Amino acid sequence: MEFLEEFPAIGRVALRDLKKTIDGGFREFTRTYGEDIEGFFDPLLQFMVWFEKLLLATPWPLILLVIGGLAWLGSRSIKITVGSVLSFVVIGYFGMWEDLMSTLAIITVATFLCILLGIPLGILMARSNRAQAMITPVLDIMQTIPAFVYLIPVVMLLGIGKVPGLIAVIIYAIPPIVRLTNLGIRLVDKEALEAADAFGASHMQKLLGVQIPLALPNIFAGVNQTIMMALSMVVIASMIGVAGLGVPVLRAISNQYLALGLMNGLAIVALAIIFDRVSQQYGHRIQKHRQGQGHG
Amino acid sequence: MANIKIEIKNLTKIFGAKPKSVLDLVNNGVEKEELLNKHKHILGLHDINLKLEEKNIEVIMGLSGSGKSTLIRHINRLIEPTAGSIIVDGEDVLQMNEQELRNFRQAKTAMVFQKFALMPHHTVIDNAGFGLKMQNKDKDFIQEHAQKWLDRVGLSGFENHYPAQLSGGMQQRVGLARALACDADILMMDEAFSALDPLIRSDMQDLLLELQEELHKTIVFITHDLDEALKIGDKIAILNEGKLVQHGTPQDILLDPADDYVERFVADVNRTRVLLAKSIMNDEKPQDTTQSVTVLETETVDTVLHTLLSEDGSYVIVEDDKGKKVGYIDKETLAETVYQMESQDKPDAA
Repeated sequence: MEFLEEFPAIGRVALRDLKKTIDGGFREFTRTYGEDIEGFFDPLLQFMVWFEKLLLATPWPLILLVIGGLAWLGSRSIKITVGSVLSFVVIGYFGMWEDLMSTLAIITVATFLCILLGIPLGILMARSNRAQAMITPVLDIMQTIPAFVYLIPVVMLLGIGKVPGLIAVIIYAIPPIVRLTNLGIRLVDKEALEAADAFGASHMQKLLGVQIPLALPNIFAGVNQTIMMALSMVVIASMIGVAGLGVPVLRAISNQYLALGLMNGLAIVALAIIFDRVSQQYGHRIQKHRQGQGHG
Repeated sequence: MANIKIEIKNLTKIFGAKPKSVLDLVNNGVEKEELLNKHKHILGLHDINLKLEEKNIEVIMGLSGSGKSTLIRHINRLIEPTAGSIIVDGEDVLQMNEQELRNFRQAKTAMVFQKFALMPHHTVIDNAGFGLKMQNKDKDFIQEHAQKWLDRVGLSGFENHYPAQLSGGMQQRVGLARALACDADILMMDEAFSALDPLIRSDMQDLLLELQEELHKTIVFITHDLDEALKIGDKIAILNEGKLVQHGTPQDILLDPADDYVERFVADVNRTRVLLAKSIMNDEKPQDTTQSVTVLETETVDTVLHTLLSEDGSYVIVEDDKGKKVGYIDKETLAETVYQMESQDKPDAA
């Protein structure tokens, strides 16, 4: 009856050997290629350092002006613009300006890279069912695997710092934009596409002139989600050496500083709300043509 | 006989997983139901042979499921056939590679769709210029031609509206302007007016006829509406269950239906509005020749009747458009024709 009581496992020794082999293999890989990979990411690191320094060196009134301007350009709403500027003022007033700038820097770079990589991937998935079948499970893993698990190999490879933090953020934040680009393109009205075909459109003309413009609301929802998810990774990224609002939160957790945690946490929330409202308003604005506005 | 613009030869289309595998079965006479039930393939079109004349309005008519929309999509190869060939201006459309096909679609064909299929994110004028943009024409050229055709279909002043802001009839005018702006020989209209209200549909039919008088395009017009077919068609092809039943002028179809299906189809039509003087005239001069009236051979029977009654004539002289006598209609023939028709119109009343 022993067979039924205990699950037939691989055995302690074999398991240990297996783990050792995997760890050893990866360590070997790190030793061999670690430097090359680090070198590959070096320009990115330089850019991030430069961008963060730029934000920190810029006089704060100018930043407020730029934030207000961008919020206005995106939303065309006085309420949202004033709210954004006011949030920044309050966050700065409570001594979190530098951390805010650092967070802003990594979120901006991460979002930009997610868009740069995610939209082409989404397009590829929309064009080929095989690509979709291959990429979808990868996205599922990226979204569900605990962040700490993929932090291990990333840190082993690249050590602690901005680039591994950025990679961790991107792994977590890129799935929505890929998925929603794919979905948006697949949902484009078949009749509009047939019309484009009937008038002799090329693949490129169809993609740029019909599919992407008509998928834009969905793509934009993807960008919005990506920003939100990137922000939610700020604390975890700070564990591997990314500066920003996550660092004080982490310190607050380990030392039970309620006020510190609350203030920095709320600052992240405020940033999230600003990004969300501005990008959503912008998303609404670019699809104005969808609402009929009567005749005349 | 006029030039043949589009020739469809032995066209068969089977929908399903492996159409080619069941093609032999279809050619050996397996029927639609059996193909569906036993072999899980749908017979869309079967052995269609059709010659469409240049500068004609060629109507392809059939009920839903008859394959008419499938057929029109073969002409510009939006659908690939299972077997057969499509020759346009002597060129086999099926032999073209991707680039040649695109050029062919740009230069030779333009299409108007049942549900308009406009680009919702473009303004009216950008929609009208869409076909030209696909041809990589320069901006001024597109602007000028799009504007010209918008004016021509009666949409001046709506250039900067979005399609969603227009009514169905106006949207289809944009669709028509988009197709006409391409300046293609062949205009394909897939149930273009079916989604419109009756009054607007009638307006659009008049607009199309008016445009055709100066443009002389080869128009392939799909419809399920016999009245529409008779009104605008120079020739009508009737499809039933994927097979071509009859192809002929409205007169042919009304006077000489090819089978029961066509006969039932045309049973409810008011023929006096469709039949022409030339199709009921004869060569013999009538005996009672006291008072003659003259009509054109292309006038409809109800017009002839109206002329005869209002001018109080005793017989009708039929002339062609050059004023040459081509035949006569006596009162008896006219009366008989009208009576016979009326009785066919309303079998219960007779």
